[in-house]
Amino acid sequence: MISKRIVLKFPNTMVNQPIVYNLSKQFNLEFNILKASVTPREEGLLVLGLKGRERDFQKGLDYLKRKGIRVQPLSQDIIRNEDKCTHCGVCVTICPTDALTVDMKTRKIIFTNENCIACEHCVPACPPRAMEIHY
Amino acid sequence: MAKTVAEINQKIRQGKAVVLTAEEMIDYVDKNGEAKAAADVDVVTTGTFGPMCSSSVYINIGHTRPRMKLSGTAYLNEVPAYCGFAAVDLILGATSLPDDDPRNKKHPGEFLYGGGHVIQELAAGQDIHLSATAYGTDCYPRKKLDTSINIKSINDAVLFNPRNAYQNYNVAVNSSDKTIYTYLGTLKSNFGNANYCSAGQLSPLLNDPMYITTGIGTRIFLGGGEGYIAWQGTQHNPMTDRNTRDLPTEGAGTLAVIGDLKQMRPDWLVGVSLYGYGASLAVGIGIPIPILNEEMARYTAVKDEDIVAPIIDYSDAYPKGKSTILGHVSYAELKSGCIHFMDRQIPTASLSSYSKAVEIAETLKLWIQKKRFYLSEPVQPLPGPNSGAQKKSMKKTK
Repeated sequence: MISKRIVLKFPNTMVNQPIVYNLSKQFNLEFNILKASVTPREEGLLVLGLKGRERDFQKGLDYLKRKGIRVQPLSQDIIRNEDKCTHCGVCVTICPTDALTVDMKTRKIIFTNENCIACEHCVPACPPRAMEIHY
Repeated sequence: MAKTVAEINQKIRQGKAVVLTAEEMIDYVDKNGEAKAAADVDVVTTGTFGPMCSSSVYINIGHTRPRMKLSGTAYLNEVPAYCGFAAVDLILGATSLPDDDPRNKKHPGEFLYGGGHVIQELAAGQDIHLSATAYGTDCYPRKKLDTSINIKSINDAVLFNPRNAYQNYNVAVNSSDKTIYTYLGTLKSNFGNANYCSAGQLSPLLNDPMYITTGIGTRIFLGGGEGYIAWQGTQHNPMTDRNTRDLPTEGAGTLAVIGDLKQMRPDWLVGVSLYGYGASLAVGIGIPIPILNEEMARYTAVKDEDIVAPIIDYSDAYPKGKSTILGHVSYAELKSGCIHFMDRQIPTASLSSYSKAVEIAETLKLWIQKKRFYLSEPVQPLPGPNSGAQKKSMKKTK
C-alpha cells in the first residue's frame, strides 16, 4: 500500500476531463482532494492525496503523464525558511496535522514534511513569515 | 553574608564569578538549597524573545546640503516615521505601516511590512530609502529629500522601546463561533486553542518579581548588544495580585529600554507580521540578576509551575474592555502543549520563543564569564508594589 500527496498541473485544454474519476475507477486509487483551483483560461492546479497498491499508483502516474499533466510530489511544496524561523511555536495549534510540533526538550519547532497536507494555514500565522509555498 | 554588586564585578574581573542561567539555578537550588546557592552563585542570567510592539528607533541622519528641517512627511522604506523633533532627528515605531497597506480592509490583513521590518533591516546594515518634505526656513531652506541612509553613515541610531519585557501576560482564548485574529495570534473558535506569551521561568522580571536588583540604569542584553533600562515601561503595574512567591498572577511590571542599534544584530530584532493585527518587532532581552542574598536565590529559582497566568476571552471580555478572568493556569501546564479548562483539553501555543530565551541567557552568561559584561546597580528603583503606581483604564469617553 502506498499513500502519497501529489500536485497536478493541468493545461487549460484538460480542465474539463474527469481525471480524478478515472484515477479512481481505472486504477483503484482512493483519492482525497486537498486543494483544487481551476480557472478556464489558466492552468488548473490540483493537490491530491492518493492511496492504493504501489503498482496501481505507478500506472495512475503514467496515465497522468500520458495525458500531458505535470505531476510533482507535494512534500517539496511547503518549506520552512530556517533563517527566518524564530521557533516561537505559534504555528503548532494552527497546523491540522502533526507537521509542526514542539520538541519538548529543546522547545524548538520541528517541521515534518511528510505530514504536511499543504493547507497553507501556517503561512500567514507565522509572525516572521518563515513558512513559504513553493509550487 | 550578603554580597554587593561591586564585589560581584570584582569577581567577574578576576574571572572567578559563578554564573548560571535561570534554568540552571532551578537545579542548583533544588540540589543544594537556597543558602548554599546564595553563597556559591554570583549571577543568574535571564532571557526573553517575543513580539514587543512598543519599540522604536530614533535616528539622526546628519545635515544635508543645503540644510533641511524635516517637518512634513518622512518615510523610511515607504513606512511613515515621525519628525516632530529637531531638524534631522526622526523616530520610527515598530507598528508603523506604509500608507498603501490595505490593513484590515480585506480582513484579516497580512501586514507584511512595517516599522519593525525597517528596524531589522537598518540593524542588518541594509540601505534604507528616506523620503521627506519640509516647509523650509531661512536657515533650513531645503524642502525635499529623496536619498538612502545606512546605519554606518548616520550619526545616531538608538533603539528606544517604551514598553518591553512584560512581567507575565494573558492567556488568550476565543469563546465565539468564529476564528479571531489578535496580537496573541490566530484564536480558533469555541476555545479551539489557547495562546500565551512569556518566557516563564526564564523571564527577567519573573526572576526579580519585586524589582530589587533590576531598576533604572541596569545594564542588559538588548537586541544582540548592550542596552540599559531607561525607565519603567508604559502601563507598568506593580500592584497586581501576587502569590506567596511574590509572583504576579497577571501582567504587571514593564520596562522601557534603550541601546545603541549600531551594536545590535538583526537575529535579535525581527520584524514580524501578526495576521489580522499589524506589524511589530520581536525583541531579544536578557537581564543579569546579582545573587546578593538568599532572597535573590529563592526568586531566581522560580519554576514554570510556580507562575500562573490569567485566561482571558479575546472574543468578548477583552475587546469590550472588561477585566473578566476565566481562570488561571501555570506555565508548566501551558508548555505541556495542552491545558485542562472548562472540562476540555485545549491545545496551547506560545508567541514567545523559549529556545531563543535560553540562547539569550546563555549568551549573557558567556559575556560575563569572558569579562565582556559587568553588572550595574540601578540608580533609581522601578516603582514597586508599595509605591502606589497603578495601571488605569481611560475614564469613560463618548
